[in-house]
Amino acid sequence: MSTKTHTHTFDAIIVGAGGAGLMAALYASREANVAVISKLYPTRSHTGAAQGGIGAALGNLEEDRWEWHAYDTVKGSDYLADQDAVDVLCREAVDTVIELEHMGLPFDRTPEGKISQRRFGGHTNNETKKPVMRACHAADRTGHMILQTLYQQCIKNKVNFFDEYHVVDLIRVDNTVRGVVAVCLATGEFHVFHGKAVMFATGGWGRCWDVTSNAHSLTGDGAAICLRRGVPMEDMEFFQFHPTGIFKLGILITEGVRGEGGVLINGKGERFMEKYAPTIKDLASRDVISRAIYLEIQAGNGVNGQNYVHLDVTPETVNKYFAEAGETRRLTAEMIEQKLPDIADFTRTYLGVDPVKEPMPIQPTAHYAMGGIPTDVDGRVILDAANTVLDGLYAAGETACVSVHGANRLGTNSLVDLVVFGRRAGVHMAQYCRQADLLPLPDNAAAEVMAEFERIRQGQGGAKAAALRTRMQKTMTDNVGVFRTADLLQQAMDDLRELRQEFVNNIQIDDNGRQFNTDLLEAWELGCLLELAEVTAISAAAREESRGGHARDDFPQRDDEQWLTHTLCHKAGDQYRLDYKPVVIGRYQPQERVY
Amino acid sequence: MQVQLRVRRFNPEKQPKPWWGDYSLDNVSPNDSVLDLLHRVKWTIDGTLSLRRSCAHGVCGSDAMRINGVNALACKMLVARLADGRDSVKVQVEPILGLRVLKDLIVDMEPFFDHFRSVLPYFINNQPAPANGRERLQSPEDRARFDDTTKCILCAACTTSCPSFWANDRYVGPAAIVQAHRFIFDSRDEGFQERLDVVGDTFGVWRCRTIFNCTNACPREIEVTKAIAEVKMALTSGQV
Repeated sequence: MSTKTHTHTFDAIIVGAGGAGLMAALYASREANVAVISKLYPTRSHTGAAQGGIGAALGNLEEDRWEWHAYDTVKGSDYLADQDAVDVLCREAVDTVIELEHMGLPFDRTPEGKISQRRFGGHTNNETKKPVMRACHAADRTGHMILQTLYQQCIKNKVNFFDEYHVVDLIRVDNTVRGVVAVCLATGEFHVFHGKAVMFATGGWGRCWDVTSNAHSLTGDGAAICLRRGVPMEDMEFFQFHPTGIFKLGILITEGVRGEGGVLINGKGERFMEKYAPTIKDLASRDVISRAIYLEIQAGNGVNGQNYVHLDVTPETVNKYFAEAGETRRLTAEMIEQKLPDIADFTRTYLGVDPVKEPMPIQPTAHYAMGGIPTDVDGRVILDAANTVLDGLYAAGETACVSVHGANRLGTNSLVDLVVFGRRAGVHMAQYCRQADLLPLPDNAAAEVMAEFERIRQGQGGAKAAALRTRMQKTMTDNVGVFRTADLLQQAMDDLRELRQEFVNNIQIDDNGRQFNTDLLEAWELGCLLELAEVTAISAAAREESRGGHARDDFPQRDDEQWLTHTLCHKAGDQYRLDYKPVVIGRYQPQERVY
Repeated sequence: MQVQLRVRRFNPEKQPKPWWGDYSLDNVSPNDSVLDLLHRVKWTIDGTLSLRRSCAHGVCGSDAMRINGVNALACKMLVARLADGRDSVKVQVEPILGLRVLKDLIVDMEPFFDHFRSVLPYFINNQPAPANGRERLQSPEDRARFDDTTKCILCAACTTSCPSFWANDRYVGPAAIVQAHRFIFDSRDEGFQERLDVVGDTFGVWRCRTIFNCTNACPREIEVTKAIAEVKMALTSGQV
């Protein structure tokens, strides 16, 4: 990379152009001069891969209330979510979804022309305990529609975009934020973005695991940058394994398939979720179903003796179970094509399986980070257990931990999180910029990260990023997966420490050019993944209980006495330090979680 | 199976002319995608190979390429489809045509996005929202009218397969017209006239010669040529 740097000045700098970043941009740019920086073109962001729906208690098809949504979210979180934040999420979900419609989002419609809604895992009528139609959908490409609509509105409102600029550092001086450092992909030059406020909306880090629904670009850059600049990571041991990824590939098959009546069937032809969640069966929370699939496979009930089970949405099977349950609805082949067109396309393309006629082979896939950069309900980043705010620094979306998802996120709530907290962060950031001064940049603001890039570029140790990444993904999958034990987690921590040493001492790349040096940037991204993987394993090893997405074979019970608490993992130099922060309890006292 | 992979390479920092990179790959699974092949080269043979990619399952639109002469997303084109039953296959990968190549398979997307922005690709409705604070109503039939064109992921496979675009890059191209269609046929939208003025211009829909390359190239199976025809009809009739 060239040693030349360029400087740009804005009031607010938003890093990441998915749902949270774009929503924040729309609001912040009404009052402030905003730049949105993304290492991709905005429409490539992974919000666009979200399928089934966005949850909001509109009550368009049957009675629903936001308080029921809140209870479901808290129960789904295994009581680790902060209930004040959950109230904000579920209350504001309703008008945020309406706002998206007003922006032109093409939701599917009910016969009366209202936004159509479908059933989804863990969303219930609190009185009858039955699944409720709460997921507002646009076929099975709801996330695509949200991403497109928000990007369209940003174009309409002339938001400043810096596409294909890769943010690699945060400029923090004591307890103030001064901007970020980015690499322009096309030229390899470093750019300093000087501003009063910075927001990270950079998504998750599913690429720590080998079978994942996440895009290649989901390398946790924003979270890792914050960690290096003194921000702790909250609840990193809670990473969601979505039960229905395409076997081996990990590509997501939406829960909407089960919302439309699809069922999980083991190698013996049994609808096994009847055993694990007698009331809502295949629409139990994701953590519950992922564990059930693992237990079935462990018991030898995989299909053809392999590590997968079937997801069956063929009308024949679905209608048989509808009839057994006394339900009047029926599923037809046309409805599958109409309501789940992308799913049908994925399984036909990648598996040669036609979901109208055959069941789909599925296995759990690393999907979503419940933990991340700790924030309050206005997206302000907090630094410690006392909720000390770092003025001017914001985060929202998957990279943030508000915490509304606690130990396990409900389906559809990621999209709700993006738009609700993206909006709140954008509003707050604009207010902040109005009263804050633009503080001067420190000398050589980019020097430290430029030195790190130079180190990677000059490395001669022969260790390739791709090879190290594969080893990291293997140890994370083997040892920090659906079920964990002290021994497995120790193995992961040992492996990850060794990999980090190799990364520091022996990394070597092939490309010594400047333009579009994706070889160099992939190596830098690996550094982010390795740190977040290590934080995940360390946080998981400490938590000696089972809760939501964190299941310990050696500590199978939830332990509210000791562990009804958020983990905070700080990095100091080369070492990590754990701290804990109380959970905010509101209307719902922790209870045993039964579906 | 065995793949002879041939990739159009270009790195202006090293040499001014493009060249072909040839890679012999063994033990390829028929279920591997062309993106898997390119990653294998990048990760185990030559890290300088440069391409865009992200989701790897056909929804983000990053990796449109010319594969054996036809535009497709590298992540959705499986080796099995190219091999068509044979045990070895030649796969040739080039950057999409009609946009300036910057490095290897990476082209300059800015002109493409300029065309996209030119059609006012956003919802226009200046009427106040419903007084009850709820959604605007739209019948399922009205919603279905533009469903096909909401699927577009802006990958540019259609526009860069279009001979009219190759002949004159001032033509807005099929992708921009698909975007215009998505709003022109949305019963809630009021930007009809402004948008028709853009797509009815000299470099708008009339440059389309109904060649159908765009429809064939679309990885989302949008009936692009049909959408263009519907916009032409709207222009001539003044109605949707």
